[in-house]
Amino acid sequence: MTASEVDERIRTLIEPFNKKGVDIEDSTTFAGDLEFDSLTVMDFVAEIEDEFDVIISMNQQAEIENWGQLVAAVHKLQDS
Amino acid sequence: MATSMTETFTAAEPVDLLSKFDPIIQTRETLLAAGVEDPFNLVMEQVLSPTRAICNGRDTILLGTYNYMGMTFDPDVIEAGQKAMQEFGAGTTGSRVLNGTFRDHRDVETALREFYDMDHAMVFSTGYQANLGIISTLAGKGDYIILDIDSHASIYDGCAMGKAEVVPFKHNDVEALEKRLKRIPEGAGKLVVLEGVYSMMGDVAPLKEMVRIAKENGAMVLVDEAHSMGFIGEHGRGVAEEQGVLDDVDFIIGTFSKSVGTVGGFCVSNHPKFEVLRLVCRPYVFTAALPPSVMASSAVSIRKLMQGSNKRAHLWENSRTLHKGLRDLGFKLGTETPQSAIIAVIMPDLERGAMMWEALLKEGLYVNLARPPATPAGMTLLRCSLCAEHTAEQVTTILGMFERAGKAIGII
Repeated sequence: MTASEVDERIRTLIEPFNKKGVDIEDSTTFAGDLEFDSLTVMDFVAEIEDEFDVIISMNQQAEIENWGQLVAAVHKLQDS
Repeated sequence: MATSMTETFTAAEPVDLLSKFDPIIQTRETLLAAGVEDPFNLVMEQVLSPTRAICNGRDTILLGTYNYMGMTFDPDVIEAGQKAMQEFGAGTTGSRVLNGTFRDHRDVETALREFYDMDHAMVFSTGYQANLGIISTLAGKGDYIILDIDSHASIYDGCAMGKAEVVPFKHNDVEALEKRLKRIPEGAGKLVVLEGVYSMMGDVAPLKEMVRIAKENGAMVLVDEAHSMGFIGEHGRGVAEEQGVLDDVDFIIGTFSKSVGTVGGFCVSNHPKFEVLRLVCRPYVFTAALPPSVMASSAVSIRKLMQGSNKRAHLWENSRTLHKGLRDLGFKLGTETPQSAIIAVIMPDLERGAMMWEALLKEGLYVNLARPPATPAGMTLLRCSLCAEHTAEQVTTILGMFERAGKAIGII
């Protein structure tokens, strides 16, 4: 799967969590721009994990602050 | 001279390391400005019994301690502690592995092995340190810890200290646990961390299914039974015993600061290599051992809990009566049925939660006000924890207090 295909699939997954309809760019942050709390993060991460059959550990989550980083991380994970 | 020395410094703009806590200071000030008594600054001037104290000057029923079995004032428990303090002194002044293991440290570990019918027991200075020490020592860099998202802070801190990969799953969700276990790279070390009773909502874990799934996927299992010891399971060994999976649990973590009525933490296990942990577990090695009086009191208390079936039955009766009574009054509770000695009353928000807490205190009732980040889903809770020493009359009194306070604040 290419990075843009990963991007597209996560974009579908985030829709129900993006309650304010924030425009998502690579620099969009989860805590700041999207105002995700820890519970939302857990639910959203679980959706991604199930969709791509990967694990994104809390250690990895701590390194992911914005959309671009998330797509890159998932792209790398589902490749390996 | 000193003055001229200081004048030579050009002070750089200091970065206040405490300024990151400004939002918390603000929330607290707003709360107190509304005129409520500070929920996090209560003083018990006198403790009259396991269920009564003088709090902020008022005679108060205690419904927010973890004194489930009321052992704090047990005459045998007190006498053993007094005797040990006379004979062995006030403290140990040293680590368990150096000069801090006295007769009663050994004896309390023997009492734990008897209580759980297990081969090994290791006592820590607190339950927090037991989780911190055991989890961080078992699972290190490259290992995986799979844990319930609602796990206690001591579990999360143990994970962070050990540097393992931490994989949380949705609270009590068996399928979510299984999916994550199956995705972990082959050959990696895996530790599944669960709790018997989750202390915020007072709900019980489906350990039977979860322990089976963990074992099928080659993981070791640790269960924290802090809030179940003494009254859940045939011998009071906890939820794992009640659900028939205790033999498949590799490590049980527990505490003395709840049913046992003293202070301290422990881990019991049948693992043949368990004793090595005494040498490699830093929160065990690099801290002072508990005072001998605490150890002697704890040993007596644990042995008495083995014979506590009448008290257990009364505790459950109290839990059922309070749960039903609160539900009938119209309060929203954390669990559909009474599952433990904890009953969580869900408050609409922090402000009304604090008002309700204060109204209850003025009625003469102490409960725990719990709020994020300790609580799940950003909830504010009034947590009631029952004691085997609460009388049926006290429970009726408590329900009357909840009714008056709830109506005054407009929650029911």
